[in-house]
Amino acid sequence: MNTHNSLDEQFVFTGRVKTISLAAIAVGVLAIAIGFLTNQGERTFANLLLMGYYFTCVCAAGVFFCALQYVAQAGWSASLLRVPQAFARVLPIASVILLVIIIAGLNLTHHTEIEGKDVVAPYLYKIWHQAGVTTPGSENYDPVLAGKSGFLNMPFFLIRIVVFLGAYAIFGWLLAKYSETEDELGGLFYYKKSFTISAAFLVIFGFTQPVFSFDVIMSLEAHWFSTMFGWYNFAAMWVSCLSVITLTIILLRSAGYMQWVTQDHLHNLGQLMFGFSIFWTYVWFAQFLLIYYANIPEESVYFLKRWEPEFKPWFWLNIVINFLAPLLIIMARDSKRSTSILKATCIILILGHWLDYFIMIMPGTVGDKVGFFYIEIGVAVGFAGLFTYLMLNALSKFKSLVPKKHPFLQESLHHHI
Amino acid sequence: MSSTKYILGIFDDPDDLMHGIDKLQKNSVPIYDVYTPMPIHGIDAKLGIKDSRLGYAAFMFGCMGGTTIFTLVYYFLVHDWPMDIGGKNFFAIPDFIPVTFEWTVLFASYGMAFTFFFATHLFPGRAPRVMDLRATNDKFVIAIDAKGNIPHEDINTILKEAGASEVKHNDRKYVSYE
Repeated sequence: MNTHNSLDEQFVFTGRVKTISLAAIAVGVLAIAIGFLTNQGERTFANLLLMGYYFTCVCAAGVFFCALQYVAQAGWSASLLRVPQAFARVLPIASVILLVIIIAGLNLTHHTEIEGKDVVAPYLYKIWHQAGVTTPGSENYDPVLAGKSGFLNMPFFLIRIVVFLGAYAIFGWLLAKYSETEDELGGLFYYKKSFTISAAFLVIFGFTQPVFSFDVIMSLEAHWFSTMFGWYNFAAMWVSCLSVITLTIILLRSAGYMQWVTQDHLHNLGQLMFGFSIFWTYVWFAQFLLIYYANIPEESVYFLKRWEPEFKPWFWLNIVINFLAPLLIIMARDSKRSTSILKATCIILILGHWLDYFIMIMPGTVGDKVGFFYIEIGVAVGFAGLFTYLMLNALSKFKSLVPKKHPFLQESLHHHI
Repeated sequence: MSSTKYILGIFDDPDDLMHGIDKLQKNSVPIYDVYTPMPIHGIDAKLGIKDSRLGYAAFMFGCMGGTTIFTLVYYFLVHDWPMDIGGKNFFAIPDFIPVTFEWTVLFASYGMAFTFFFATHLFPGRAPRVMDLRATNDKFVIAIDAKGNIPHEDINTILKEAGASEVKHNDRKYVSYE
């Protein structure tokens, strides 16, 4: 066991990774430009929302990871906290990008078709934000949506998103800042302070995150609702964040950084990924089974749309890739301890949860005109590049890659299972 | 020829015990087993104990539970007495998943418990086999088979040097048959 690590090690962000991530951003910008120029605005917006949401969720779940470790007083993770802290540092930018996408999608309109009628509707949230939906007497008037308009109206909708994301970003920023101050001053003061704000964050996150996903994703199909949806989205964001954390650590290790992270830490991360993939399946199935069993038309319409020929293969692939793949690949202890198998699983799960969001978003936006080609791939590559660039940039700003004065640091450096 | 069957090195502290294991291994004294009142981290790797196969047992029991209930439910609700529930098919697989899941968990957990009892010879009413009763309380015990070729005095010295508070020569393997 090597206990003589240089704790002052700092991440230097240069070279090939920087070039590749900038190239990926360029690919993304190109895909968005082509999308709008070829008159596929709605499809481009749907993809932007998908990746904007994914990006924000991974960063917000990074704050959740830090907070969870503090509240559980976990020792094993102390030496790898810088990675989720870097995610937390990116959250403000991710939130702004998501907000820009949402505001643009709400305010820009185009000609489209809703239930067979030619209408002028906004690019995103066309069902509840279409002109006249809440005006009695208008030909677009919809009594169901008018009844929901006390909650689903643009000002309140935007205020909620700004407040939620702002709160997550502030907590993330504070946790990273306390950890840095702790490195300079030492002592238990900042650890205790982190514990307190982590506990507060978890309460706030637990109550607001479901509402956040109701707003951003579920309101795309505003007639339909499911109280399981928030937890389902939480499971998706948590699994994808754990996969991104694990993948980042594996790649940093292979680049020569963070040599104190051992198979035992990766084993723990693998266990979390495995466990929460099963949890994802549990909530996915809980939502599906209740709707299927009760068979009430206003509820089952959600799955009926996903049962159309253009979504059915994706629907099944979603379960295979997010449930069967982790179940069969990383159930065994040895495969969780094999870096290459764990890395492959991380990539599978990251792609899998892209598909999961794809199935949540596409039927309510582009509907039967859904496709999978350069716009989807380009936007995803662009956001992956953006995330890599911003996250590694944030990571390189930390004075050391390990919280040097974290009270549980020694426990983490000697972690062994 | 002494009548000693097992030599027990009794330690007050787990760190001394680990040190004792190191010393014995350095002197090529084969260790029969080690008894401690609580799990000690890293001791199984040091003693070269193979990984537990309890997980495989759990997996097989889980498969057994899942198949059992799926077969039963299939027989009840599809084959023997088909019932129309909410207009669903008689063989509606999603309906069967919760109960399959529950029985998988049930069989896996009970199966693991019974496998553990079987492997460790623990049964209700059976006196557990213990070499020194204090190993279930506050002492840490290394047991060495006295049949080996190493002189017993040398083993005594090694154990004493490693910090054993007491070295016992037992004439019988277990003290708790009664």
